[in-house]
Amino acid sequence: MSEHIVSAYSEELERLSAEIMKMGGIVETMIADASQALSANDLELAKEVVTRDPLVDAIEADVERQIVSIIARRQPMGHDLRMILSAMKISSELERIGDLSKNIAKRSQRLDENVNAEMRNAIIRMSQPVARQLRDVLNAYAGASSDKALAVWGSDDDIDNHYNSVFREMLTYLIEDPRRITAGAHMLFMAKNLERIGDHCTNIAEFVYYQVVGDYLSELERPKQNQV
Amino acid sequence: MDTTQGGPVMVDDSLTLPQASDAGPRIDCRNIKVFYGEAQAIHDVSISFPDRAVTSLIGPSGCGKSTFLRCLNRMNDTIENCRVEGEILMDGENINDADIDPVLLRSRVGMVFQKPNPFPKSIYDNIAYGPRIHGLANGREDLDAIVEKSLRRAGLWDEVKDRLMAPGTSLSGGQQQRLCIARAIAVQPEVILMDEPCSALDPIATARIEELIDDLRSRYCIVIVTHSMQQAARVSQRTAFFHLGHIVELGETNQIFTNPREKRTEDYITGRYG
Repeated sequence: MSEHIVSAYSEELERLSAEIMKMGGIVETMIADASQALSANDLELAKEVVTRDPLVDAIEADVERQIVSIIARRQPMGHDLRMILSAMKISSELERIGDLSKNIAKRSQRLDENVNAEMRNAIIRMSQPVARQLRDVLNAYAGASSDKALAVWGSDDDIDNHYNSVFREMLTYLIEDPRRITAGAHMLFMAKNLERIGDHCTNIAEFVYYQVVGDYLSELERPKQNQV
Repeated sequence: MDTTQGGPVMVDDSLTLPQASDAGPRIDCRNIKVFYGEAQAIHDVSISFPDRAVTSLIGPSGCGKSTFLRCLNRMNDTIENCRVEGEILMDGENINDADIDPVLLRSRVGMVFQKPNPFPKSIYDNIAYGPRIHGLANGREDLDAIVEKSLRRAGLWDEVKDRLMAPGTSLSGGQQQRLCIARAIAVQPEVILMDEPCSALDPIATARIEELIDDLRSRYCIVIVTHSMQQAARVSQRTAFFHLGHIVELGETNQIFTNPREKRTEDYITGRYG
């Protein structure tokens, strides 16, 4: 897209976009490190993940202030308007992803000695496609690619399937040994959080698509298989 | 997506709008070309204007939007060496036909200009002038009624009813512009053309005119030329983007300003280099 005649306007939009990418980068590390902390039972790392959440919240608030200011001063139209509205929505989706990742890190600090390696692995296995989904949707945003957004939007089923299998697997561990129930409950919430992160990635994909194409993906029917 | 300049003109005549759905096109323009001597200002423009809807014409200076607007009531007749080709149909009649009286045509197609231009007469006479010369009033009472009704429709009555004999030029800019709109309404037009009606007004007077346009929409076919895209977005249901004498894009106002199909439209409305 060519430059605005008022160059400060282009700079404001670029700054906004950069803030979203920065926010995306932080929440990406939060998911990765939360699952690393879980995998290695690294309580320090888990604690550290929790401290990143206020940073994400602060960027979200800043993004909102910038957007209010741009709307008031520039009266955006066309692609600019769609870009700004998408940034507003995407930042709140990323903020939610940050919250959910923080929650995973918090719960990983509460696990007791009754947790076995299989239970940890189940969650870590599930975190991989979720992290991939987030990376792909952030790439779609960075490259303003409707095709990549569409691909993310269509592949949420993979995560839903993972969630279903983790849910069933976890139940078998709990049935085997009721002492695992406390930790198991935490881990079921972790799985649920990861599943929710996948949904937020799908939402982000919709906003990227709207920004680029101008049509609403959400009006199309996305196949749903999750029976849990 | 971008059509090359001078290439095929995209005109979506199939567009149906809720505001205009109960009425067909009030004016139907086909293949309009306008020349100033050898220079061609309008290239083969086809567009129709629905009744009871506001259509705005936007585009950079010199794109031909005002020239085109002036075709609709044959104002270009008054410019020497200006030639208009193509058909402009109102009720199936070509308004450029030799047997059409341009004075009568202009009572059916009223016009409001950028700068308010009241006659140097009283407020009352500014309104009464048209109905008098067109013989629309039977006697004084009838004329009084037309004056009151026109001023009411233009949202000016309450402000001027106690000083109808004061000169029209004694009013504020915004009031003068509403007086000119009342004057246009007084001769019972079917179409109202507005050429930058708010560009000389402050934001409050502008808001009053926009409120008035919204009001008048229920009775008339309105075509407005404006440099303010925000104004086009606020007052119109359809927007046509002109560039270099072509219509680049015509569509529902909402679509034009949120998701234009043509790159040149996008560049213009977002303030980019074309």
